[in-house]
Order: sequence, then C-alpha cells, then structure tokens
Amino acid sequence: MADQPIVLEMRDIVKQFGEFRANDQINLQVKRGQIHALLGENGAGKSTLMNQLSGLLQPTAGDILINGQKVIVDSPSKAAELGIGMVHQHFMLIDAFTVTENIILGSEPVNGLKLNTKAAATEIKKLSEQYGLDVDPNALAGDISVGMQQRVEILKTLYRGADILIFDEPTAVLTPQEIDELMTILKGLAAEGKSVILITHKLDEIKAVADQVTVIRRGKSIDSFPVAGVSSQELADIMVGRSVSLFSTEKEPAHPTDTILSVSDLTVKDARGVEVVKNLSLDFRAGEVVGIAGIDGNGQSEFISALTGLMPSASGKVTLKGKNITNKKPRQITESGVGHIPEDRHRFGLELDMTLAENIALQTYYKAPMSKAGVLDYDKINAHARELIEKFDVRTVNELVPASALSGGNQQKAIIARELDRDADFVIAAQPTRGLDVGAIEYIHQQLINQRDAGKAVMLVSFELDEILNVADRIAVISHGEITGVVDANETSKNELGLLMAGMSLAEARAQLAGE
Amino acid sequence: MNKINSYGTGLVAGLAVFFGLMVGAIIMLVSGFNPVTGYVSLVQSALGSSLNIGEVLRSMTPLILTAAGFLVAQSAGFFNIGLAGQVWVGWIASTWFVLVNQSMTPWLSIPLAVIIGALAGALMGALPGWLRAQFGASEVITTIMLNYIALYGGNAFVQGLPKKLMTTTDMTVTLPTEDSLRWDLLANLTGGSRLNIGFIIAIVALVAIWFIMKRTTLGFEIRAVGLNPDAARYAGMSAKRTAVTAMTISGLLAGLAGATEGLGTYLNIFSQTGAPQVGYDGMAVALLASGSFLGIFFAALLFSILSVGGLGMPLASGVPTELVSVVTASIIFFIGANYLIRLILVKIDEDDAKQKAKKLAGPQKKGRNDKKVEKEAE
Repeated sequence: MADQPIVLEMRDIVKQFGEFRANDQINLQVKRGQIHALLGENGAGKSTLMNQLSGLLQPTAGDILINGQKVIVDSPSKAAELGIGMVHQHFMLIDAFTVTENIILGSEPVNGLKLNTKAAATEIKKLSEQYGLDVDPNALAGDISVGMQQRVEILKTLYRGADILIFDEPTAVLTPQEIDELMTILKGLAAEGKSVILITHKLDEIKAVADQVTVIRRGKSIDSFPVAGVSSQELADIMVGRSVSLFSTEKEPAHPTDTILSVSDLTVKDARGVEVVKNLSLDFRAGEVVGIAGIDGNGQSEFISALTGLMPSASGKVTLKGKNITNKKPRQITESGVGHIPEDRHRFGLELDMTLAENIALQTYYKAPMSKAGVLDYDKINAHARELIEKFDVRTVNELVPASALSGGNQQKAIIARELDRDADFVIAAQPTRGLDVGAIEYIHQQLINQRDAGKAVMLVSFELDEILNVADRIAVISHGEITGVVDANETSKNELGLLMAGMSLAEARAQLAGE
Repeated sequence: MNKINSYGTGLVAGLAVFFGLMVGAIIMLVSGFNPVTGYVSLVQSALGSSLNIGEVLRSMTPLILTAAGFLVAQSAGFFNIGLAGQVWVGWIASTWFVLVNQSMTPWLSIPLAVIIGALAGALMGALPGWLRAQFGASEVITTIMLNYIALYGGNAFVQGLPKKLMTTTDMTVTLPTEDSLRWDLLANLTGGSRLNIGFIIAIVALVAIWFIMKRTTLGFEIRAVGLNPDAARYAGMSAKRTAVTAMTISGLLAGLAGATEGLGTYLNIFSQTGAPQVGYDGMAVALLASGSFLGIFFAALLFSILSVGGLGMPLASGVPTELVSVVTASIIFFIGANYLIRLILVKIDEDDAKQKAKKLAGPQKKGRNDKKVEKEAE
C-alpha cells in the first residue's frame, strides 16, 4: 500500500458558512486502491468536505489535487470528469427504468438518433462481473432490493469512469447481510485499483474494510492513521477525544412485572392508504426495556405515531394499564402516562426558537404550577427548567437561550429531562442517540436503564443493532410493518436479528443459522 | 451562531427608516426641492401645533390596532392581508348600530357598537383561518378575495340603508358627537382635533395583546403553533383550533380599528373605492415593528407623523404630498430588504475588525488570522 501513488489530496481545506467554520484546515490524502474511512460524528464536517470534492460546494480556502494536479471542482459534472463519483445515501433511481437505462441516463450512447442500450447493457454486465456486483442490467430498478439499488448507484459511477468513489454512510439502509456483501464489494473495488472514501461513524465498518482512517472532529482533521492494529475502542477515543466505554451500559438483569402497555392487532395506514403497520401485537411490561429493531422505514415511525395519537390507527387496540387509549388525542395519551422522546427532535421534539425553559415546559405549561387560569407563571417555569438542567446535566448558558442555541446532545438531554420528569409509566425512546457523540449516548442509555429499574416500561426504537443489544432486555424485530420475531436480548445474535430484519420468521432464521 | 441574524431588530428597523428618508431626500433633490426644508416642514406640520399632534395620535389609533392584529396572526404563521376588509366590516357594523339606535343612551349604545364592530371583524378573520385549518386554503388568497367581498358587500349594504339615514346615496348622516367615541377633554387638549377614546382603546388593546401573547397559555400555544406546528401537535396542542383563534383575534383587533374609524374619526359611513388603507398600513407598521409590541407604538407614531406631516408639506415647502408616500414605500422596501441591511452591517463589522487587526498586528498578518487577533485583542 505504501508504494501506491496518492490520487487525491485535499490541502488545508477551509469552508466557512457565515461565522460558522464547517471545515477548518482539513487535510486528506487518499492513495490508489485504498479504502479510506472518514470517521466523525454527524455534524463534524464530513459531508461538507465531500460536497466540496463532488462539486456541490466550493472551498473558502485550500487546494484540491488530483494525481498531483491542482484542480477546481466547480460543478458535479466537473467532478465526474475528474473521475470522482459519489454514491449518495438516498438513491437517485427511476423505478420504471431498467438498471441499464438508469445507469446511462444523462450520458446515453447513441447510434445516430437511436439509443444503443444493448451495447451499454453489455458493458454494464461486464463491469458488474468485474467488480462482483451481480446486477441484472435488464431488471427494473423498482423491482430490485435496496442493496441491489445501491450497487446500481455504484455501477453508475464506474460506468462514468470514476476512479475515486465516495460512499456517504452506505450501510444506513442495509440489512446486516447486505452490509457484509457491500464490504466485499468495497474490497473488490480497491483491489481493482479504485480508491474508496467511506463516510461513516460506525467503527465496525472501519475495522472491517478500511486501510486508512482520517478522523474529523468539529471541522478539523484530528488524525490520520492505518487501521491495522487499532482497536474500536481506540478509534472511539480519538473520535470523541476522551476515553469512553463503548456501548456497554452497566445493568442488572431485568425483573419485568405487570403489563403496562398492550398493543393488539394494530393496523396503521399511511396517507396513501397503504398498511404500514399490520396486525401488530406486542406487550410492554414494567421494569423491562423492549427494543424495536428494524431497518428504517419498516413501520416504526407509524407505529409510534399511532401509539402517541399523532396518527390514527385503522384497527386494533392499545391499552395502557387496562385503559383503552386507541386513537385518543396526543394530550390525553400523554396525560395517561406516556413519555415520548421523538425520533426527529427538531421537527417534533423542540420549539427551536422558543427558550429552553419554555421547551422544558412544553408538556406541562397548561397546568399548575406552570400556569394558573391560563396565565403563565414564568418564575415557576424558569425555576423548574433550572432544576432539570442541573439534574440532567444539560450544558447551556442559562435556561433563557433559545433551544436552537444548544448542541444536539444537549437538546436531546433537554427533551429527555422533560419526558422523564413527568414520571410516565410508559416511555417511548425513538432513535434517542442519533447523531450524538459517544458521551451523550452513554448518558442516555443509562437514563433509559434507570427508568426501567424504577419500574417503568421502556420502548427503545433504534436502527442500530448495537444500541438495541446493549440496552434492551427483549427485542422485537419489525419488518414491513410486522413483528417477525421477539427474542431475548441475551439469547440472540446479530445474525439472527439480521435475518429477522430481512423479513424471515424466527423459525426460518433459526433453521438457516443452524444449517450454516 | 449566524452573525447575520445577530443584529437587533431595532437597529435594522432604524436603518430602514433612515434609508427610506434618504431615498425621499434624493428624490426631492432630483425634483429641485431642498430636502432639509422639506423634512423640516413635514415635522413642523406634524408636531407644530397641538391640533396636529392630536391628529397624529388619532391617526395612530387604527394603525396600532391593525398592526397588533397582523402580529397576532403572524405569530400563528398566518399572513393576514384581510385586515383592510376586517376594518371595513367593523366600521360598518359599529357605526350602523349607533345610527339605528340613536334613541339608546350612548353609555350603552357606544360600548355595544364597539363590541359589535370587533365581532364583525373577528368573524371576517375567523373565516380564512378556518378555511386554512380545515381545507388548507392559503389565507393569502382567501383574505385578498375576502377584502373584495367585504368592500363591495359593504358598499352595497351602505347604499341600501334607509333613505332617512343617508345624506347622499353613498354616505350616511353624521352622528352627533355625543353618540360617538369623541370626548371633549381629548379634543380640547389637542386644539379641537379628532383625537378620541379610540386612542385609549388602542393602547389598552396593545397592552392586553402583549399580555396574551407573552404571558398566557393561549399566547404560548399561538407562538408554538406558528413556530413549529409539528412540535405543537406533539405537545398536545390543537394546531387547527389555535390557528383559528389567532386569526379571530387578529380580525377582532381590525374590527376594533374599524369601530374607531367610524365612531371616532369620521362619525359616519361612506362607500369606499378600495378597502380601508389603514388595513394595509397596519401591515407595514407591524413589519417595521418586527415582532415587538412596543415597536408597534413607535412605528405607528412614525407612520402617522409622515402621513399627517405630509399633508402640510406642499403648503410649507412646495414638496408634493405624494413624496411622503414614496418615503413610506421606501421604508417598507428597506424593511423587506432587511437582509440587505444585515449584510451591510456584517460587512461594516468585518472591515472594522480588519482595521483593528491591522493596527494591532502590523501589516504582515492578514487573511484568516484576523479573527484570532481580534479575539485576543478583546
């Protein structure tokens, strides 16, 4: 590896947005045939850096060199010309087109006025075989799996002659099996002399495939080193800048008691009338954390919305401590003892332009002691906020700053403070640690465990298996709106969960794993 | 934090006014007038006598009310262009009530009339609020259209009133001052101006609305719904009900403004060629006040000085009254272009910082080190 030439160099890249410096003199060197991981938390500046490489943004200062030549990448087409291709998190495919048509879109080979799809299909087939992608060029994009669609995106960049491929969090939408396959593909690309830049914040993936890792923290490139010989623990340390125990919250075995929330045959239809949650039945018991594992978009959001009254359920029944709360209004549900840490904290969890104190009072402002006869008591509201800020260690100047002034982790702590302070019997935590640093993740996990130990029923919805395995006592896997299996967290494996997430029943998954 | 938003809204509004006055001055210069004489005569005409001061305060009355109305709707995420129509129905309803009940004691008829005017405006505001909450109909479109419905419906109503109430086909008889919001004390204090109890109503309403918006659960809900309807719904608020309530309050204030016009200023109803201008001017006042209730008072004062003073300009300096409209329009333009003003402020700051840095660090340091040097210096 050491003898390979450097194909890409980014030198002292600075990107300034007004007063905010998203990239502060970042340096990056990528060699030929190298898988180079960019490791950093959400908001660390990885995507900004890559957008400058793919021509979407221009650096405020600094140079980009391709094969030693200084270049200006001022448009995505210029990036393609320079051999830079990006595989986005959200695929840009037309469902009604075949794989070939999707790939040649924008650079169609022609015979006079006629499209020459056949030649293109042959070339795509060849590329697909060369890199072990196993893509059928004649399949419709809408008919193939998410993992295949991603491969089509990879083929698209290869077809356009990319030598440097950027992957923006490529595993976020994949099942564990698909992730494994993608890792093999990445290695294949590198072996063929392509350079791969892998944007991620998942340490496992870096350990699995990357040769080199550059760590970005708060807009600065902190360090760059070969992955071999570095442990996940060390990577995490460098990423957050202090020593943390990686995803292993201390907890005693659970002692679940009475059923708190009972869901039976719940069906939820989305705006199009499609059943996104189908006949779902699940019980939540006091003193237990139930993890809902699954890939994003398998009905988790709608399930939560139906439980909290934000979306109507088409049929089925939800009871909280024996009381029917099906299709009740959000406030009635909240008041009957449900705490909800929402998935999207900016959209649902916070009034970003209101003060932190007002946000902390968002669920209680209308009753005593926060208000009397419709008149708010700001002394009480602010004092209560100060109390919770202290108790939940929310880092802020004071309680009167707008919620938008807080960092993501502290915003989340404020929401958690608000939701847990109400002493709800049933706590829903949806993606509670998304985009947070390891320190905040640890804290939030501990809070959820504390709730469990205090005899609450906790539901943790997460796309991160590590998080589910770490915190949950019992795991229900959701796939296409159905629970495919409920397993004990101590008696399952990532492989088993992966098969369940892919839609297999528990029996099928166990049979397959036993057969291997 | 983004620096561009860090400047006080007061500073930005002040600069908008300044630029607006500058544009007016340039136009005066180009047209061969002396801008200094022009503006001096404007201020003298507006504030030179107690009569004129009274007229300025009188002119502020409906502006304060409509601006407050605009602000309440805006807080809930509505752009209420229907203030003018809401003023007009408030004017007609309140004045008509007194016209047909002249036998009633004014101690009863006038408060009732004011309430009826306010309710008429409230209904007129609630309708577009409900249409959007229920059907998603854009209030921008519906309120503009409702202004026409109010205008022509109102005109038809006035022209259809019994003959004995009319002086011409387009104008009702004038109410006796006892049957109105006029108060001798206020008129005498201001040299016989048309200043009336409406001004007191406006001030009380402004304080009340401030209290409702900042200190009550209703105001909390209106603000929450306006800023982030999803989070409001999550917190158990009814986004629809709150939005309709806010538009109702907005219309109510506009209706009150109409009542002060009919019962305080003109003492009659006459058919209009367009929905009352105070409805539109109120929007401008609210925009200049940029969300501040105290700001509404001063913005209304400024607009009133401009409009009352503008009337005296031609006499004192020969500058045509239309020029005042240009100044007002320029101020509104610069308020709308506040981003431009903020941009200029950022630029001034940066240049300033560079100058400071150069002085402190000598000429060899430049570029991205400026900020650091500046920080160390402070």
